[in-house]
Amino acid sequence: MKHKTFFWFFLPTASAMLLFIALPIFSIVIQSLFTPHDAVIIVTENCDPFGCKQETTIDQEATRDLRKSEPLGKFVGLEIYKDRGHLAVNEVKEIWIESNNFTEFKKNIGNLPFYRAMAFTLTFTFTVTPLMLVFGFIIALAVNSLHHNLKGLTIFFSLLPMIVSPLIGSLVLFWMIDSRGIIGEALQYVFEDPDLSLKASTGLTWVMLIVYGVWHAAPFSFVVFYAGLQTLPMDTIESAKIDGASRLQQVWYVVIPHLMPLITFVALMQLMDNFRVFEPIVGFSAEAHAQSLSWFIFNDLGGETRLLSSAATSSVLTIIGVSILLFPVLIRTWRDFNEKSAK
Amino acid sequence: MINHSLKLPISLKVSISIFIVFWLIIAAFPFIWTLWGSFKIEADFFSKADWMNALFAPRTIAEKGGAFTGDGYYGAWVQENFWQAVINTTLVCFFVVGTSLTIGTLGGYALSRSSYKYTFWLLITALIFRAMPPITLVAGYLLPFYEWNLWGHLATTVIVLVAINQPFTLWMLHSFFQKIPKELDESAKVDGCTQFQAFRHVIIPVMWPGVITTGLFSFLLAYNDFAITSMLLSQNNQTMVPKIASFMGTTQTEGNVMFAVAAVVSTTAPLFIMVMFFQRQIVSGLTAGAVKG
Repeated sequence: MKHKTFFWFFLPTASAMLLFIALPIFSIVIQSLFTPHDAVIIVTENCDPFGCKQETTIDQEATRDLRKSEPLGKFVGLEIYKDRGHLAVNEVKEIWIESNNFTEFKKNIGNLPFYRAMAFTLTFTFTVTPLMLVFGFIIALAVNSLHHNLKGLTIFFSLLPMIVSPLIGSLVLFWMIDSRGIIGEALQYVFEDPDLSLKASTGLTWVMLIVYGVWHAAPFSFVVFYAGLQTLPMDTIESAKIDGASRLQQVWYVVIPHLMPLITFVALMQLMDNFRVFEPIVGFSAEAHAQSLSWFIFNDLGGETRLLSSAATSSVLTIIGVSILLFPVLIRTWRDFNEKSAK
Repeated sequence: MINHSLKLPISLKVSISIFIVFWLIIAAFPFIWTLWGSFKIEADFFSKADWMNALFAPRTIAEKGGAFTGDGYYGAWVQENFWQAVINTTLVCFFVVGTSLTIGTLGGYALSRSSYKYTFWLLITALIFRAMPPITLVAGYLLPFYEWNLWGHLATTVIVLVAINQPFTLWMLHSFFQKIPKELDESAKVDGCTQFQAFRHVIIPVMWPGVITTGLFSFLLAYNDFAITSMLLSQNNQTMVPKIASFMGTTQTEGNVMFAVAAVVSTTAPLFIMVMFFQRQIVSGLTAGAVKG
């Protein structure tokens, strides 16, 4: 295809992505370096028979004009990155000096909001991803051995947790694990503790969110692995059998190596997707115990006072995090492409 | 061992069946339970006394005179204007799917037919954009949207969702178009067609399976989105998912939780029907990216 034709074909999609993805990324980087103007303060001196007093008032009009003329605010460089709500450079230094050992350091760091959100996001990403891979793989193996007529129905029901919006999926589960809901009451019965509430403890909230994450993501790995199982090399399996391999050995030495490219693909996709975990926290009303980076941004943006600079700074930090996770994906795509063009 | 279910030892067969039943309960029961409970009143669905109340609904019978009540639905759809959110969602989904498929097919087709190195870099850029959590972009939208009075409108949200959708759409359609033999449009060009005519008369008639699959995923993205729609739409223009979230925020009073339950069921029902009809396309779409790589 000629360059010119390509250009016209590609122009609409390119301009959409430039305007609404590339430009906003550029914009949040800029925004994160600015902070809203302080209110303009006028100092007036009021003199009465008892002496003179200085009064400070906010000049509403001047403040509004200033904020309107320079909506970005004033330039502060990396100040917002260093403040207590983000990387908290000074606080971290203090904690480092004051803490006697690493556990104490870790515990105190956990009190800083950004690091707390970071801790949850990373825990969620690196527990949900392996668990959904394993769970999805087992479902795929099980469904594959089913009778043909049952397969379609099983796949239909298996798709449901993945297809509904994360917010709705988490709400549905949330109502069930409510202390007055069916699972909540069952747990109270099992543990013989009528006051047991998953919502009350940080640890249980995290477990609940992780279970939700696996429930939501397992169908994806199941479907991909199931498709992979359809292309299994039967002759390799046969020869493994003749060599006396047990079922477990067949799975371990033939099936898993065969599915390896798919496992890598699902794992890499999931790392990126789980890193943006956000809706479940809203759905489970879990913000008191678990905050993720995306929730952190959402919280800054919502409400009466939209803290754009703060949100922009968290966004930039989140994007840096995603880029680190993205790196292996890029390397893999690069390798694939070179292999293909070498052929 | 595969497709040889008859050869499986009986113990393995049993444990597989138990596991499948277990998984099906985990996957489907929450939805069935919520559907069932949406026709009860709150005192039954969230019963402090006895979980069996949710099944036999004594309080619902006492208060409403029957074991089932549509009060939750009435409250959500009529009192809280959920119908408005349904219309908004329909509009958003329709225009998002239409627009992103139109510009996505053009772009994806071009990427699959050009052999220059830059197509690779464009795909990589799209992959990077795909990885960006949408919520991180919102801070960048708000300032200009306020300045130019674009905030709160459905049209703005549609365009933003289309753009966020593009990287994924491009990847998917690119891989579908690569499966259509290049000889098809090459021979049309030899016969004197321009590239666009070749696309219009030769490719469009054969591209529908791929386009429908991609369209389903665009639809799901628009339908399920919460981050963008909750941030960019004004109260009146809210779509279903942020509307449900606002039910939760404003109320914990008697009956209002049931509005949210009813709204959740109303939102999930269309997805069920969609999966029923398009199961094969959804499965092929999920695996398209994977099997290729």
